[in-house]
Amino acid sequence: MATTTIAGKEINVNDEGYLTDPTQWTKEIAIEIANEEGITLTDKHFELIEYLRNQHLSGVQLTIRKVGTSGIVDIKGFYELFPGGPLKKGSRIAGIPKPVSCI
Amino acid sequence: MENKKVQNPLKKVLIICSKGNLEDVYAALVMANGAVMEGIEAKLFFTFFGLDAITKKKMNNLRTATVGNPAMTMPGGIPFPTILGILPGVEAGVSIMMKKEMEKLDIPPVGEFLDMITAGGGEIFACKLAADMFKLKKEDLSEHVKDIITVGDLYALAAGEGVQIIFT
Repeated sequence: MATTTIAGKEINVNDEGYLTDPTQWTKEIAIEIANEEGITLTDKHFELIEYLRNQHLSGVQLTIRKVGTSGIVDIKGFYELFPGGPLKKGSRIAGIPKPVSCI
Repeated sequence: MENKKVQNPLKKVLIICSKGNLEDVYAALVMANGAVMEGIEAKLFFTFFGLDAITKKKMNNLRTATVGNPAMTMPGGIPFPTILGILPGVEAGVSIMMKKEMEKLDIPPVGEFLDMITAGGGEIFACKLAADMFKLKKEDLSEHVKDIITVGDLYALAAGEGVQIIFT
């Protein structure tokens, strides 16, 4: 665990770059992490990020299947928004831990 | 920000599924979906009894063996008696129970699982030899299947660096 500065704010991250405290997240942090991943965030991205955060904060185990049935995107859309690792990248940008799930 | 980066990450996996049991097919599907979720290119190849997983008439009725399956136990842990396994309906019943447990973990039915894998860019293939043997044509196979290919084509799919072939 380490402290780093993103978007001018000091936050705690683990060694894979995930926020260890989701409450430290801000939209600016999301934008900067997304830039690192080569993604420019749009409103659709933020809609999905809000969904991911709400699910995590309600204690729901996230799976890619759940996101596909969320009504915000289908699975193909999810891969288009966050190419090369949608759940992995989406959760990092959303400031929540990497989902512990094989699906 | 310095992040732990994987050294020599895997770029592509070619997963071969040669069995038609519920657990063997799902092992291959979870591996393929897991790969696309990690940004790894995935090719999924079905052969012999694995073709059941991509045959329209059979893909939603996969079963697990209740006879000759030494790893199967009763709830509680005692070995599953073979004499119970041969009774009509037991194989179907146990298979349904397994599917229910998987559904609780958000593991989808085979068709939906193939949707997810192809949505992530994964490609599904059938073995020409096995298809000829079982007299199956492309129309008999699920629409997810990209093509029916030979073993030579299979090895061509595995070309490149950072590739692994996984046989289940």
